[in-house]
Formats: sequence, structure tokens, C-alpha cells
Amino acid sequence: MNQNTTIAKVHPVPATAGATAPGSAPFNQSGSRAHPPIASTGVIGWLRGNLFRGWFSSAVTLALGYFVVKWVVGLVYWALIRAHWTVPISANGQPDPSVCRAATDGACWAIIGEKYRFVLFGLYPYAEQWRPAICVALFIALYCISASRRFWRKELLVVWIATLALIGALMWGGFAGMTFVSQDAWGGLPITLMLATFGLAFAFPLSVLVALGRRSTNLPAVKLLCVLYVELIRGVPLVSLLFMASVMFPLFMPVGLNPDKLLRAQVAFILFAGAYLAEVVRGGLQTLPKGQFEAADALGLSYWRKTSLIVLPQALRLVIPPLVNTFIGFFKDTSLVLIIGIFDLLTAGKAAMADPIWNGFSTEIYLMLAAVYFMFCFAMSRYSSGLEREFNRNRNR
Amino acid sequence: MSQTAEMTRPTTSNESNAIVLDRVNKWYGTLHVLRDVSMTVGHKERVVVCGPSGSGKSTMIRCINRLESHQEGRIFVDGTELTDDLRALDTIRREVGMVFQSFNLFPHLTILENCTLAPIWVRKMPKAEAEALAMSYLERVKIPEQAKKYPGQLSGGQQQRVAIARALCMKPKIMLFDEPTSALDPEMIKEVLDTMIGLAEDGMTMVCVTHEMGFARRVADRVVFMDRGEIVESGTPTSMFEDPQTDRLKLFLSQILRGH
Ligand SMILES: Nc1ncnc2c1ncn2[C@@H]1O[C@H](COP(=O)(O)OP(=O)(O)OP(=O)(O)O)[C@@H](O)[C@H]1O
Ligand SMILES: [Mg+2]
Repeated sequence: MNQNTTIAKVHPVPATAGATAPGSAPFNQSGSRAHPPIASTGVIGWLRGNLFRGWFSSAVTLALGYFVVKWVVGLVYWALIRAHWTVPISANGQPDPSVCRAATDGACWAIIGEKYRFVLFGLYPYAEQWRPAICVALFIALYCISASRRFWRKELLVVWIATLALIGALMWGGFAGMTFVSQDAWGGLPITLMLATFGLAFAFPLSVLVALGRRSTNLPAVKLLCVLYVELIRGVPLVSLLFMASVMFPLFMPVGLNPDKLLRAQVAFILFAGAYLAEVVRGGLQTLPKGQFEAADALGLSYWRKTSLIVLPQALRLVIPPLVNTFIGFFKDTSLVLIIGIFDLLTAGKAAMADPIWNGFSTEIYLMLAAVYFMFCFAMSRYSSGLEREFNRNRNR
Repeated sequence: MSQTAEMTRPTTSNESNAIVLDRVNKWYGTLHVLRDVSMTVGHKERVVVCGPSGSGKSTMIRCINRLESHQEGRIFVDGTELTDDLRALDTIRREVGMVFQSFNLFPHLTILENCTLAPIWVRKMPKAEAEALAMSYLERVKIPEQAKKYPGQLSGGQQQRVAIARALCMKPKIMLFDEPTSALDPEMIKEVLDTMIGLAEDGMTMVCVTHEMGFARRVADRVVFMDRGEIVESGTPTSMFEDPQTDRLKLFLSQILRGH
């Protein structure tokens, strides 16, 4: 039972040693060697150990290598060498992509230059698009501040509320010389970020409460409610939940008291994400040893103190990877609002492709959309692995 | 002479004793784990509880600070009866410190934070004061230099001494120990026992489940022997170890002597 004293020391054995020298024992009794066998380390050793181990492995490596190289060459050719970066303006003042159409083996990046503002900001008045642009910058600044552990204190909540209020004010306008822009005209990246930010900012605390409720032993009614919530919401696809929010919900509401479509979609989204995150959090709660709860109880900590100081800090750390996985999934799932006609990034992209002048160049737009989603998701992923490392640095467990 | 269980029923008033168990019964489902357990621990008294595995020692000691609840009988701690009343529970948990076999330090907090947590959040002590207090107890268990480390970076013996300091920081009147040394390597047992001996010499009321007979001889005012959920025999260490009355205790003593 000496968990903390006996496990730690395991002698490192080079992973490739067994592959290159199958017969040799890891510990040489006739005298210690100063160096491992030459080809068992470094690039060549890695290649030999992993890609060219035996004739079959070598054949597979060569065959796959052929396809990869061919594909990459084709991509470079299409995206860079044969690509058109600009197109001439025709007599009626519209761009004329006929040069792109003539050369089908090259990308037409001109469409991005032409459409990127529409994709990013949707139908927002063209001259006012600096406002949503600032909002996107504000969102990103908010993420960056929240990412730093130095700022994890109560004041951060104030910063969040102030920033989100400022974003709302900028988007609506109607003061200080800014024209009023109704919500119908909002679109593109700000909508995606709003859905994701509000969605996860509300879904996460909700999920923690639900996970705690589901484990509650002395409040059976609360427990039942939490189980029902999770099972019901998890049992239906997000798409149908969004449909319900946009079509069914208004039927039951009195006329005049109908929250707008974006808000309804937002609520559906929060409820859905909350159910999934709750299960992830519950998983973390379950891995915590009983002794931690008992030690907190024995010290006289109240339920909420125990939960916030002992249980959650440990449980949430353990589930950072699946938690971020779910976050990333839901960031991308915001694009499902396409089907109920909310003008998010993907919807704006689809609308841009529908322009008859640019008919046939959807690949380029899709690539741009993918790049935008990728930037946000990749940032989240990098951040989470950094966070894990930071948490584990001082703890050799 | 050691006495058998019948004579250990509480006779004095509940206020003048630190702990009173009066015919306590407890079941886990249908398993009867505590059978009419009665025991009195006076102020500043030091009681060692021993007995074979599964005899209910942990269960009994955990009932004293209500980590487990009993179903029949009454338990008084410092004159307060343990019931479902949460206020009474709060009072008792502040007065009773507990040390576990598996240390149960909070791995995400430093040693110092482990010690200051409860004083700050339960006793509402200012942070600086709590840290000064924690440092004084860490000095007492002889590891002030580890204050900024995390539990995972300490040896088992050091962790257990931190756990003792952490409990002491709440300034408890009573300390409960549940096999504090049985998860430790032999060379670390002594450092923990020395800490506990120091505590006993300072007059702390202690109930300690342990099989360290040397420790029992040295500090215990009384040894209680449990078997199958009952207190079979109790008395001074000398009388218990040298003149056991019951066959069960004789068997138990012969087994642990062979084991050591
Ligand atoms: N949570 C529980 N649920 C069901 N049965 C339990 C539980 N905890 C303990 N028991 C049972 O109660 C009995 C007494 O257990 P207890 O832990 O008090 O014994 P112990 O004297 O401390 O033994 P050890 O020396 O092994 O620690 C045992 O038979 C055990 O299996
Ligand atoms: Mg036990």
C-alpha cells in the first residue's frame, strides 16, 4: 500500500532497443555500454523502427508515401502555382471570373478577396462593418484574458459582463453617431462567436450543477430532475432541438411575448451542451477518491466549500481533455443553426457561394470557412494541453 | 487487571467526558458492524483501539465525528449529542480532528494551503494569521521547509505528519487516528509515532486505532480491544498485554506478536 514511495522509479529502456537487437538483454552484465546501439536512436533509428521494419512494412510505407507525395504536389499546384489571385473588372463594374473558369486546374482566390467581408460579417451594412470587426477582436481579447490563470478571480466576471455589454452596444448601435442595426442584419463570425461564447459560458456552470445534482444522495428529487434532463436532452439530436426552438416553441407562447429566434436557438444550444458537459464533469467527480470527501468533511468544510475548494478543482483538472474536446465539438456545432436560417459563419459562406457571378467556386469559400474554424479550435486545443502541463508540473502523481 | 466489556458502560455525566458512546449499534445493510458499543473517553485521556481486521474499529472511530452515522444508541462529543442536526455536526467537526490511514491530503494544494484551508474557511481566520499558525504546526511536526511543496512531492511519513499538522490547525480538542502508520514503510513509522507521542505528552485527548504495541504501552491510558463489532476487553496497556482475560484477545495478541 505504499502508493507514493514505490511506484516512481522505473528504469528507462529505449523503446527501439528491442526492435533492433531482439536477442540482447536490456542490462548488459559483462560491463555497461556507454552508448546505445547507433541505429536505435535519432532519425534513422526512428525510421527503421517505425516505417521500414521488414519488407511488408517497407512496401506499405512506400505505397502510402507515393500517394501522399502525389496528393501534396497536386495541392500545391492547384493552390499556389495555377491559382488566380485577382480577376479583371468587367464593363458593368462587376468582377469577371472568366479567367478562373478557363483554367479549371487552379484555385480562384479572387473570390475570397471579393467575398471575405460578406462571409465574416454577413448582411451587416458594409460601411459599418468595422463594428462587428471590433466585436470579433473583443471576443478574442476576452478569450485571451480568460485563458491566463493570473486573471482567474472574481473581477473576471465583471470584465466578461462589461465586454459582452460593449459588444451588444456596438452591434446594435443607435447612439454616438452609430446607426441602429437590427438583429436581423447581424451575421457571420460575430454570430458564431456569440452562439459559442454564450452557449459554453452558460452551459458549463449549468453542467457542473447538473453533475453535482446527479450525484446528490440526500436530495432525490434534484437527482431525478438532473437524470431526466441529461437523458432527455442527450436522447435527441441537436438539429431537432433547434427545430423545436425555432418552430414549435413559438406555438406555445402568447402572441407578442416571443423571444427572437437567435435567443431561442441560443437557449436550445445551452441546454444541449449542458447535458453533454454534465456527463463529462460527472466522470471527473467519480474519479475522485472517497478519502478527499472525507478529509474535507472531517475538517468541517460545508458542502459548497468542499465542492468549490476540494472537489471541483481536482475533478475538472482531470477532465480537461474530454472537456475541451466537447468545447471544440460544440464550437463547430454552432454551424447547425444554418438549418433554421440563422446567419452564422457557415450560413454566410453558403450565401456567398450562391452569388451567380461566382457560381462554381465554392471550394475556395469552404476552405476559408475551414481555416477560420480551425484557427479557433486549434487555439483551444493548444491551450488545453498547455493548461494540463501547467497543472501537472508540480505534482508527480 | 483488565476488565471485560460489561464494566465500561458510562457512569459519569456526559459533560465531564470528551467522548461518550452509549450502546451504539450500526448496520451496513444486514451486516451488524457495531454491537452495543459503549465507551467513555475522559478529557486528556489517550485510548488505543485494536482488534482484528473487520472488527469495526474504523467504523467506530468514524462514528465519533459522524463520517458514518449510527442507527441505535447515543454518542456525545464534548457534551454535544451527535444527531442529524447540522449545527451540532458543525460544532463537533471543529472540535474533532482526524488523521487517516491514507493521509488524504489535497493534492492540488500546497502543504501550507492544505493546512490553512480549514482555518480560513471554517474558522474565518485572516489569511496571514492562518499561515503563521500553520507554519508553527509544520515546525512542530518538523517539516516547515516543505511548506511550498505539493503533497505528491513528499514521502509517506512526511505526508502523514502534514496531515497531523493540518488537523491540529483547527485547534481540535480531540484527535482521532485511524491506523496512521499502517500505510507507511517501517523507517517512516517512527517519525509519525514520535509526532503523536509529542502530541500525547502535551495533553491532547486521543483515540487511536493502531497495532503499534510499543506506542500503546508508551502513551495509552487505556487499550480497547474490539472483535466482531464488540468491545471485548479494555484496560491499561500493561494489564491488557500481560494479563489478557479473554481467549479472543489472547489469540489476537499471539497473532500480532508473530506478525511483528
Ligand atoms: N461502507 C461500507 N459498506 C458496507 N460494509 C462496510 C463498509 N465499511 C465497512 N464495512 C464492513 O464493516 C465491517 C467493519 O469494518 P471496519 O472498516 O470498521 O473494520 P476495521 O476494524 O477498521 O478493519 P481494518 O483493520 O481492516 O481496517 C467489515 O466487515 C467491513 O467489511
Ligand atoms: Mg480500519
